[in-house]
Amino acid sequence: MAGQSGTGTSATRRLGVLVILMLATLALCGLWFSAEDVVQGSTVRIMYVHVPSIWTAYIAFGLTALCSAVYLSGKNRSLAWDRVAGASGEIGVLFVAVSLVTGSMWGRLTWGTYWVWDARLTSTAFLFITYVGYLAVRQLGGTHRQRARRSSVLALLAILEIPLVHFSVTLWRSLHQEASVANPNAKVALDGLMLFSLFLGLIAFTMLFVWLVLHRQRAMMLEDAFSDRGLDVAIAARRNEAGA
Amino acid sequence: MKHASFIFGSWGLTAVSVAVYAVWVIRRGRELAKHATREEMPWT
Amino acid sequence: MSGTSINKRRIAIAVARKDLTIEWNSRILVNQVAPFAAIVMVLFAFALDNDGILQRVAPGLVWLATLFSMLVVIQRSFTVESADGALDALRVAGVDMGAIFVGKAVALMVQLFVLELMLVATAVVLYGVEMTLTGFCEAIVTLVVATIGLGSVGTLYGGLAAGARGRETLLPLLLLPVVAPVLIGATRATEAAFGSGGTTVSEGWPWIGLLLVFAVLFCAVGTVAFGPLVDE
Repeated sequence: MAGQSGTGTSATRRLGVLVILMLATLALCGLWFSAEDVVQGSTVRIMYVHVPSIWTAYIAFGLTALCSAVYLSGKNRSLAWDRVAGASGEIGVLFVAVSLVTGSMWGRLTWGTYWVWDARLTSTAFLFITYVGYLAVRQLGGTHRQRARRSSVLALLAILEIPLVHFSVTLWRSLHQEASVANPNAKVALDGLMLFSLFLGLIAFTMLFVWLVLHRQRAMMLEDAFSDRGLDVAIAARRNEAGA
Repeated sequence: MKHASFIFGSWGLTAVSVAVYAVWVIRRGRELAKHATREEMPWT
Repeated sequence: MSGTSINKRRIAIAVARKDLTIEWNSRILVNQVAPFAAIVMVLFAFALDNDGILQRVAPGLVWLATLFSMLVVIQRSFTVESADGALDALRVAGVDMGAIFVGKAVALMVQLFVLELMLVATAVVLYGVEMTLTGFCEAIVTLVVATIGLGSVGTLYGGLAAGARGRETLLPLLLLPVVAPVLIGATRATEAAFGSGGTTVSEGWPWIGLLLVFAVLFCAVGTVAFGPLVDE
């Protein structure tokens, strides 16, 4: 038994340091150095975390779907695809939740309410619930292959359903023309540093995402190995009982 | 800064959530690695 | 042998017939689920406490009651399988899972359709809905198309949520978000059929189109995905 420290390597440590530096820079730029928006005032500062959060969530769920498709596409694919899908899904749920809350806080300042039933927000709430369900299904138990197959099919179903729900919700809200006041698409004219902050945020969060996925899926690998080992131990114990 | 509480609240929530999750993942990895063999950790 | 389409059709019919016979003999739908749905409709009246509002939202209430009752019907549909391990036996014997899916989905659709008819009748009585003849026809079409979608997606997720202990609670979480398009479309179409809030009958047909897309999609997807999803 080696006393390894954990799921880190020198590469992930370097990545981690880079991420922290970028996030610190983002904070400085977003909260201090960048100007306020002409229309939104200081509330635009929330966007520097809100937009990267939802962006990261989309990447995460996209990766989940991709890995699920790869897993299902061939016989005897490595379970690593399923683990990455699961890790990515978990992180995606985290970032959707964060973006829903930060978006809600932005809405409180901009529209006066914490929630509006517009198409995008409602679809995002559905996205959240759908992947909470995905995570729940991953906990159902059974062999690793069963979990992998179930979750992979579910992830692909989700990719089908999300656009359908979004489309339905958009149709639904189009009945209630309420574009102007509560318009989430309100274009923000971004000047140089603001635009830079936004892109910095996207890049920083993406690298954060990569860092998180690497660690999480390695931890999952260990969890799977342990449950396999536990099973082997149990089987060996049973054999010993039968033999002795 | 106007609405400072909301802005710092959003940033703070984001930072705290991500940090809590990251710490949890790292600690989980460390706990598991304590009992793991070299073969089970191909990244080392 | 289980690959030919005649066999598949026979399997589907056999499974559908079995499910419906079980339901006919036990009368769970009529004795338990329909009263539950009716109570839900009555409780809505208590909660909303306003005749005008009630009439206005009657279509939504009908479909909400349908969705909640559907959870019970789906769980029952799969409980009868796991009780005897019949589904597992069929799968081990190499029977085509797509055919089983179609059979169970059709049985579910029939039961849901009956339930929805009862609920529409209840709404007419309790909430003071008045329909024209074209509105009634539109309502029936809505019921049929929506039910095809609900039956397919319900069987798909019902299969996943069935079986091992502690899974049944997963069904609402998985299913209700997915059927949101049906709720949206069916409610709007039913509003048009009922003439709620001044909606004309013609406004409902585009929504029926949405329901049709959903139905076709999940019939196709369900047939393919049921096997892998349910495989243990």
